[in-house]
Amino acid sequence: MDSSQRQLNRSYLLRGLTDGIPIGLVYLAVSFSIGLSARTIGMTGIQGFFMSLTTIASAGEYAGLQVMASNGTMLEMIILTVVTDIRYVLMGCAFSQRFAPNVSLLNRIGTGALITDEIFALQISKSGYIKPFYSYGAALVAVPLWAIGTYLGIIVGNIIPEFLVSALSVSLYGMFIGIIVPPARDNKAIAICIGASFILSWAAEKFLSMLSTGTRIVILIVVIASAISLLFPVADEPAKEAAQNE
Amino acid sequence: MNRITLYIIVMAATTLLVRVIPVLLIRKEIKNRFIKSFLFYVPYVTLAVMTFPTIIECTKSPIAGAAALVGGILAALKKINMFIVAIICCVIVLVLEFVL
Repeated sequence: MDSSQRQLNRSYLLRGLTDGIPIGLVYLAVSFSIGLSARTIGMTGIQGFFMSLTTIASAGEYAGLQVMASNGTMLEMIILTVVTDIRYVLMGCAFSQRFAPNVSLLNRIGTGALITDEIFALQISKSGYIKPFYSYGAALVAVPLWAIGTYLGIIVGNIIPEFLVSALSVSLYGMFIGIIVPPARDNKAIAICIGASFILSWAAEKFLSMLSTGTRIVILIVVIASAISLLFPVADEPAKEAAQNE
Repeated sequence: MNRITLYIIVMAATTLLVRVIPVLLIRKEIKNRFIKSFLFYVPYVTLAVMTFPTIIECTKSPIAGAAALVGGILAALKKINMFIVAIICCVIVLVLEFVL
């Protein structure tokens, strides 16, 4: 690695550290509530800390806690985890197309292993190639807070006032809106894509409530993204198009 | 070994594989136009379906959540930084739940 690349990596790491702070604060609040659930099944604070540190997935951890609570088999744990987190496969596929040609194997694995909804969102909000060190920076701040939140939820129980939890819980979705809406202004297909997603997501919750949230999300992603791809196939240089939408 | 610890290890290992296998296996540029389009739209669909209707269900008052959604979209249309949009949404909920 030459020195200019190293310098670039350092600047991405720093940017990740900064952008990871708001995510980390949201994580602290969300993982705190995971800690509250973990507490009810008799998990210790240390176990909760390592569960969140090694899994880093909200829906996945909730699902896992359900398996633990019902004393399910390890196979159930594996299947439910895969189903709940299958969106990471789609995110990983999206990432795979946006790595620089010279990215190392280790950086591929590292970036993949740190895919969360929020870090994925950060990466795709930047144009051009995936920047592994941007993920590392964000994760370095956000993941420890995710683990600490879980630990605190188990150890101290419910101390955050309810109105604060309510307000904090929308921050994540506000961030998502801040990512997907700006490009929709200049790209009709993305706007239609978002509108359809909102409507169908609401309909799915209403009419497919027998399916788990994770399964519903996967079905919605596959159906909507397929339909929009057939209706509005992207030009040959989607990366360039995305960059112009920044 | 404590059974909970075993669950945690199985969950972590499974999640890691789910995350890493796609970036490891897909090494070539995908040429198929449909798949390229599909992967281009996946992020937007993913974030959109996770946002709605959850945003109006996670707040104590659904009206506050709905207002945060509309306020967030209006702010984002002005191409404001995503973290500012997030803060605007939080403030809307904080204020509305206090007033309502």
